[in-house]
Amino acid sequence: MAKNKNDYAYAVARIRSKELKLLSASFLEQLLSAPDCESCLKLLAEKGWGNGSFERPEEMLSIEENKIWELMEDLVKDTSVFHVFLYKNDYHNLKAAIKELHHRNGFPGIYLRHGTVSPETIQKAVAENHFGDLPEAMQAPAKEAYTALLHTHDGQLCDVILDRAALEAVYQAGKASGNEFLSLYGELTVASADLKTAFRSSRTGKNRDFLTRALVPCDTLNITELIQAAMEGTDAIGKYLEKTPYREAASQLNHSPSAFERWCDNLLIKKIRPQLHEPFGLGPLAAYILARENEIKSVRIILFGKRNQLSEESIRERVRETYV
Amino acid sequence: MEIMGNLGVLLALLGAVLAALVAGIGSAVGVGMSGEAAAGVVTEEPSLFSKVLVLQLLPGTQGIYGLLIGFVTLTQIGIMGGSSDISVIKGLLYLVACLPMAFVGYKSAIRQARASVASIGLVAKRPDQFGKAMIFPAMVETYAILALLISILAIFGINGLPV
Repeated sequence: MAKNKNDYAYAVARIRSKELKLLSASFLEQLLSAPDCESCLKLLAEKGWGNGSFERPEEMLSIEENKIWELMEDLVKDTSVFHVFLYKNDYHNLKAAIKELHHRNGFPGIYLRHGTVSPETIQKAVAENHFGDLPEAMQAPAKEAYTALLHTHDGQLCDVILDRAALEAVYQAGKASGNEFLSLYGELTVASADLKTAFRSSRTGKNRDFLTRALVPCDTLNITELIQAAMEGTDAIGKYLEKTPYREAASQLNHSPSAFERWCDNLLIKKIRPQLHEPFGLGPLAAYILARENEIKSVRIILFGKRNQLSEESIRERVRETYV
Repeated sequence: MEIMGNLGVLLALLGAVLAALVAGIGSAVGVGMSGEAAAGVVTEEPSLFSKVLVLQLLPGTQGIYGLLIGFVTLTQIGIMGGSSDISVIKGLLYLVACLPMAFVGYKSAIRQARASVASIGLVAKRPDQFGKAMIFPAMVETYAILALLISILAIFGINGLPV
């Protein structure tokens, strides 16, 4: 990361051209007004999504995810600078491998392709109970989650252990990068995950031990106060938020859970938007990755919403803000 | 003793070399940097080649100005022909006269390249705004021209001084 920021001049210039092809808010509106999933797929294909042949939604989204990382491999010699975005996939794969083993049943398509460790390595490590093959930071949580699931059969406990480890990995990678933007990403990822967990836990009546285990400390939130607020109820979370940089989220809490989650994602997009005008450095590249992941998330919500015949309003409530 | 006898011309030559060398390095770095950005845009949009090429070349002028100052200095001190017998004071004055071009040339080339890279990004997104995009890096050129002017005036002025 100590690399000269001017080294990314070529990459940033290419990203500037690529940004023109990002989906705009008006295009998402067009998708929302489309009568069905097939019409949406046609509109997306016209925009260059997929590989030109007829695809199912899952295939199209997977192709688009692959395109992000193929582009980054093309632009940056050492993609380890983007590991901060891939840790969540690693821990997802670890979770999938542990649960797959526990159920003694294979589930097709549950592994994510892009991670810092290949899904095969994770699968092998879990199957052989030999966690030494995993990166050092993954070994302890992998063993803990594996043992917890084996002994308690509590899938949620396994999830909490691995989700916490994933958030800690993202947070630490952001801090260690020395890059202001990646550090902000780590902070916002952890803060929004903590807020979502506190909110859901408060609604479902989770106890203090669960919250202590699930919430990850970060700079912008006081975890002790957040846990206390979550124990008291969602109104108390709203009051606590008034004291934090996330005070705008308080009104969303009263609206609906999905509105609150949307607000958390939109916050990240708002924070990365200044990168549209940054001519150098890693920031515009990282922002592009997030923007693409964000638009894929929105398109997924629309496609599956249409497929499941949800109302346009219900889908619209969940669609995220666009980067451009 | 030989060196001391030719110290005047040595100092003046040092000035000429610095003007060409330092401003040239600045331009090389600048054109290289903006060239990378230009290549990035052309990879995605080959039709923008001519527009980004102009922006890439803007930081290259400082190197030419440095060469010009070096050439004029060499002519004045007699290295390009004629007598090169100049006093130490005069040699020192030539050296000082070349410094504005050397330092301003170096710094302005690099800053101009940064502005060019930003403008290349602008052209990538808004090709119709090429005219405006060119103005931003071109503004930096003002200071390279001012340095060129002061160095030239000083070099020609030194010749007539009774030192």
